Amino acid sequence: MTTPTTPTKPRSLSFRTVAQLVALAIADAAISVWVGRQAYLWMPPQASAEALLVDDLFGFLTTIGSFIFLGVTAALLYSVLFQRADKYDISDGPPVEGNLLVEILWTTIPLGLVIWIATYSYQIYDQMAILGPMEHMNHVPSLSLMPSAEAATLPAVPEQTPIEVHVRQWAWEFHYPDQNIISTELHLPVNERARLKLISEDVLHGFYVPAFRVKQDVIPGSTIDFGFMPIREGRYRLRDSDYSGTYFAANQSTVVVESAEAYQQWLATAAQQPLTEADNRAFREFTKLGDRPISAGWKTVEPAPPPRVNFASSEEDSYE
Amino acid sequence: MSNASLDAIAAKSDQPFPGAPNNWRRFFSFSTDHKVIGIQYMVTAFVFFLIGGLLAMVMRGELITPEADLVDRTVYNALFTMHGTIMLFMWTFPMLNGLSNYLVPLMIGARDMAFPRLNAAAFWLVPVFGTLLMVSFFIPGGPSQSGWWAYPPVSLQNPTGNLINGQVLWLLAVALSGVSSIMGAVNFVTTIFRMRAPGMGWFRMPAFCWTVLSAQMIQLFGLPSLTAGAVMLLLDLTAGTSFFDPAKGGDPVLYQHFFWFYSHPAVYVIILPIFGTFSEVFPVYARKPLFGYRFVVVSSLIITVLSAMVWVHHMFASGTPSWMRMLFMFSTMLISVPTGVKVFAWVATVWGGKLRLDTPMLFALGGLVCFLFAGITGVMLGAVPFDIHVNNTYFVVGHFHYVIYGATVMGIYAAIYHWFPKMTGHMYYEGLGKLHFVLTFIGVNLNFFPMHPLGLMGMPRRVASYDPEFAYWNVIASLGGFLLGVSTLPFILNIVSSWVLGKRAPANPWNAIGLEWLIPSPPPVENFEEIPIVVSGPYGYGSDESLVANNPAGELISEHS
Repeated sequence: MTTPTTPTKPRSLSFRTVAQLVALAIADAAISVWVGRQAYLWMPPQASAEALLVDDLFGFLTTIGSFIFLGVTAALLYSVLFQRADKYDISDGPPVEGNLLVEILWTTIPLGLVIWIATYSYQIYDQMAILGPMEHMNHVPSLSLMPSAEAATLPAVPEQTPIEVHVRQWAWEFHYPDQNIISTELHLPVNERARLKLISEDVLHGFYVPAFRVKQDVIPGSTIDFGFMPIREGRYRLRDSDYSGTYFAANQSTVVVESAEAYQQWLATAAQQPLTEADNRAFREFTKLGDRPISAGWKTVEPAPPPRVNFASSEEDSYE
Repeated sequence: MSNASLDAIAAKSDQPFPGAPNNWRRFFSFSTDHKVIGIQYMVTAFVFFLIGGLLAMVMRGELITPEADLVDRTVYNALFTMHGTIMLFMWTFPMLNGLSNYLVPLMIGARDMAFPRLNAAAFWLVPVFGTLLMVSFFIPGGPSQSGWWAYPPVSLQNPTGNLINGQVLWLLAVALSGVSSIMGAVNFVTTIFRMRAPGMGWFRMPAFCWTVLSAQMIQLFGLPSLTAGAVMLLLDLTAGTSFFDPAKGGDPVLYQHFFWFYSHPAVYVIILPIFGTFSEVFPVYARKPLFGYRFVVVSSLIITVLSAMVWVHHMFASGTPSWMRMLFMFSTMLISVPTGVKVFAWVATVWGGKLRLDTPMLFALGGLVCFLFAGITGVMLGAVPFDIHVNNTYFVVGHFHYVIYGATVMGIYAAIYHWFPKMTGHMYYEGLGKLHFVLTFIGVNLNFFPMHPLGLMGMPRRVASYDPEFAYWNVIASLGGFLLGVSTLPFILNIVSSWVLGKRAPANPWNAIGLEWLIPSPPPVENFEEIPIVVSGPYGYGSDESLVANNPAGELISEHS
């Protein structure tokens, strides 16, 4: 078949090859850094302190990911374009069975990379200090290599009565216990750590505000303490993120982040208003007869009646 | 290496053994021949692939506009539930079991699997639970609508109030599927341990068999957990127990642990044989030995071990304590190391070779690129703070469709084209194969790439309606989805017409190394006239070493070396 290659293949790389490889790596790195910067643009507005941290992490992951993806696909593409056998060439390629040094390198370098990525993710997580349901019972023992001082970058949770978030099939309701207000819109003051109690009345739901980059499943049978830090005024979408049955997709609401004054104003106004029936998309769709798309007539869990609240908003209201 | 003589096969292949390989009726019988069972699995699975694909195309039709205006929400929820269930339990698992069933005995030089009757029984359960799933479309209340995870309490709600409902049938089907897969796994592991030909030590075994072994060991340790979870959920649903019902003191999160303890490793059950396919295909069409064979095959076993310790990464938003989040973040990312070893080894195998871009090679290369992309988004998803944002969004859907369609389905196509001449004794049509590849590769990227920006923007998965800002990317994804539907047409045309009319295939059309290529196409009933005596490693491309010391085809192929 092929002429046997000499067993003593030159091991050292020529200066020219090394220079070419370095140039390619620099080009790859430059493109990857650029892609990593673009990654910030793919995200929703940064409306919480958590969002800043998550986006930094995503930019970092995108940069490293791009470097690997471009490097590997470029090598494959080069092979496909320039290393094809001629039509009538039935000979084999060089019988290279492996190279121990290269194999050890491509095992240890990714291992180092993984440790780096995991450590960085851990630090971001530490700074976010997401309050999971069991957070107060299960602290991560602080590892000596992670400076815990960074965890103090976010202000400590102030003592205030948490807002109760009630979710059911298929409506969101927000209870402000101090003011005795029920609302279908979650109002929060800007630059103050929000404290919520998440309560599900039937099945699993998920509390998810993309602009805040936070998400927490709401588990029936347990009350979940949750917190985050809104830093930007505006109206944002709240979505149910854990599949909750027939009208799951319609189970949305709005979060309004406003200045402390506007927030107090809203609390005062809402407290004056009598309870009225809010618009509820799931219930509206369920009770609307006719005008249905292709239906098999399958039974569904019936949506709860629309919430009766002091402050009602509609799913159709605008948001960012 | 032995070259086949065409005349010798043509003379013999009409009836090498009385009655068997040319009799199509055997595919509809309780045959115990691993090759018949393999093809039974594959054809059955492909039929369900088309059904699952049609469901997906209706879903993409619904999602081409923001409003829920094509089908009722209950129908949409049933569609995504059954799409996921069918694609996993009725397509990828049976398809890969079929491929492994066909190839493993041939590759290790055995005449059949260790337990041929168990093998047939495991297969014939597939149409049984497939029928159960299909029947659920026609009962009152329709099929399960709780997603393929069947998380309680939604899966326990049963709005019809009937004892026989979609969820009950779904749980029975999943439990039966588990039984079938465990039967298959016992068979594969025993076969690979006990029935390798003389001379085939562990490090002379083809990489494909290593990956099948690694995958089937996952079935053995993982499936009992899923099956137990399914049975408990069935009891909650029918007998009034309260394992998972919070209203009666049960714990819904416990179910999630049972479910993911198996269902995450399950993706390695799926992807490992695809890794094996890549390891077989690249050397043949690059004409080079598999680079770093030992690292590649041992990394499969490492993946098996690590896969048992990653399941909680599906539950980072489920109220999981921080120490678990951190532990499983690290173990999840760690899996990328043995996987990376494989990817780099394939690139090094291709590099500097003499590439032949036949259809199997094109699909393998396309699958590798998709897998690389999916691997990178997979590590991103492992990072807890980022996962909290995209968990349960389309980012995850995009990620796993790059794994399941981009890498797995393309890898399956690579395997089908590569071994089609061996299985059927006919060559496929290369032009149609290339057309199939181009449509599939474009379709995959059009359909599944847009899901990543959608997830980053915050579009939850499983929604029948969505906010208008998501419309742009959804339209592109839907067009890609329809293109993927179209892409199966040249494949079906190719396979059917070439199986009937295609040019006769020689024993070794690709000039490949491997025991299966030393015997006629299609192989006779008991595969080897003489059990091969293996004398060298599996990827001796570029050297003149002989793979075997005897002629396993006996009189069927005369040797001209």
